[in-house]
Amino acid sequence: MEKDLFLSDYNEETNTVSIILCGEIDHHSAVIIRREIDNMLLHTHPKNLIIELYSVDFMDSSGLGLIMGRFSLMQKLGGTTILRNPNERIKKILSLAGMERIIKIERTTEKNEKK
Amino acid sequence: MKKSKKIINSMKISFPSLSVNESAARAVVAAFSAQADPTTNELADIKCAVSEAVTNSIVHAYPDTIGEIYISVLILEGRIIKIQIKDKGKGIEDVAKAREPLYTTSPESERSGMGFTVMESFTDKMSVRSKVGKGTTVVLLKALGERKMAE
Ligand SMILES: Nc1ncnc2c1ncn2[C@@H]1O[C@H](COP(=O)(O)OP(=O)(O)OP(=O)(O)O)[C@@H](O)[C@H]1O
Ligand SMILES: [Mg+2]
Repeated sequence: MEKDLFLSDYNEETNTVSIILCGEIDHHSAVIIRREIDNMLLHTHPKNLIIELYSVDFMDSSGLGLIMGRFSLMQKLGGTTILRNPNERIKKILSLAGMERIIKIERTTEKNEKK
Repeated sequence: MKKSKKIINSMKISFPSLSVNESAARAVVAAFSAQADPTTNELADIKCAVSEAVTNSIVHAYPDTIGEIYISVLILEGRIIKIQIKDKGKGIEDVAKAREPLYTTSPESERSGMGFTVMESFTDKMSVRSKVGKGTTVVLLKALGERKMAE
């Protein structure tokens, strides 16, 4: 029944885990996503974690918890975390919590906002 | 203070506090509110605020049980959406403290303590009534911006 909540990839050469989050990130989906991402991080011990937000249509504060939690885990593993391509809505939530001061946010695509 | 505004339409729903209901709850409230012709952004604000309140009832009000969550939505004269989210759960000891940004009683389950802050910044008014052992009621008011009402 569940749709794909995310796609993941591990690049051995660069020692990077990339996660593409999809659809709606709320408390229900965050619990599932967290479990699977952590499994992957603890197996691979990557140097870098990239969280791609381009395909996220909805996110509430549970998404903040999910991102902060992965950031802390990566810190414990001695790695870095990067957020990619949050839309305007998600940026608004991230900045309410001051996340842009803690986690690096980059844009790799052309303007992708739908108005 | 002011006389209460005329009710144009209203809806009530209730459902058990299963996390799988979070997306349905915010979608239903958004679909109903769409009658008042909100902008995409206003609708996204409503969706997110409702999601916060419903999640709080699920994770905080009924932490180890399944209880009922009640939502009422009113479309008021002047394009005001009034949403009430109510539970009969644990209640909040210190509401003022709970409303502070980053305050959470469950950091271990990766809560960021931003729920009330999100509700407050995505709506025009938020009020919280709570009684320990009795439950919590959150009322959100969203005034839709100047715009011609769709027929
Ligand atoms: N319906 C409720 N019943 C009981 N306690 C609640 C309820 N809603 C909120 N609280 C209390 O208020 C605190 C703050 O709520 P808030 O939504 O701001 O943050 P959070 O839920 O802890 O984290 P986040 O929403 O960022 O995941 C909660 O930690 C909880 O103790
Ligand atoms: Mg919350």
